[in-house]
Amino acid sequence: MVNNVSTFGRSGVHDYLLVRASAIILALYTFYVLGFIAFNEITYLSWSGFYSYLPTQIFSLLALLALLVHAWIGLWQVLTDYVKPTGLRLGLQYLLNIVAFVYVAAGILIIWGL
Amino acid sequence: MDTSGPRTVKKQQRPVNLDLQTISFPITAIASILHRVSGVITFFAIAILLALLSQSLDSEQGFNNVMETLDHFLIKFVIWASLVALMYHLVGGVRHLIMDLGYWEELDTSAQSAKVSFIITGALALIMGVIVW
Ligand code: HEM
Repeated sequence: MVNNVSTFGRSGVHDYLLVRASAIILALYTFYVLGFIAFNEITYLSWSGFYSYLPTQIFSLLALLALLVHAWIGLWQVLTDYVKPTGLRLGLQYLLNIVAFVYVAAGILIIWGL
Repeated sequence: MDTSGPRTVKKQQRPVNLDLQTISFPITAIASILHRVSGVITFFAIAILLALLSQSLDSEQGFNNVMETLDHFLIKFVIWASLVALMYHLVGGVRHLIMDLGYWEELDTSAQSAKVSFIITGALALIMGVIVW
């Protein structure tokens, strides 16, 4: 089996599965939020109520973690294809993964800052 | 590498086609690159969406600010485009998952499913438009 130290799951097969597992969570979360927006009258009360509802909060946290994994691997795939100089690629990967982490941290603070 | 002899002759005889108008990618290749582009766009769009979420949950005043901000055409358009990128990535992603299960892997079926994914994304783009406007 080919292992590559810069992958997220440490092997291609593992990464492949992680992208798909996280994709399913992200798809369900997208339906959940867009469904709420589409089928409800959106006011401050209904919106903040939705986000202070425990299942929404837990689902949001799950989606944020799925996003971290999905983007980590997905952006790795894109960068390995197009950015050939190793230093630049690793630098970009480093930065974008920090951005993804900031999303998680910001998301947690936003949702629990209510 | 030995570049003398018949090898070089062969190289010079390779056909060149730089008339871009005559090059057309198969629909499946377009579906694939769009899936990649839309994934990257979505990644950056999350920053905007999180910022809006933060404002909107901050206070009633913040929520109203977001609603006001969303009145600008340009901002509406950016949000709409972000959602369409996400929708395309999602639909293309589901197509990926179905192909991973072993369906739609032939030349004709994959071209058809690529076409269907464009149509579904088009419909979802309209729905996103209705939600945003
Ligand atoms: C919500 C935020 C999302 C972001 C930021 C995101 C981003 C990305 C990126 C950058 C890639 C790499 C593209 C490539 O290598 O060509 C990717 C791949 C993928 N995404 Fe997403 N994605 C998101 C949501 C989703 C959803 C909802 C699905 C739904 C099923 C999905 C399914 C996939 C699949 C199947 C792949 C793998 C494609 C391949 O192996 O070539 N993603 N994603």
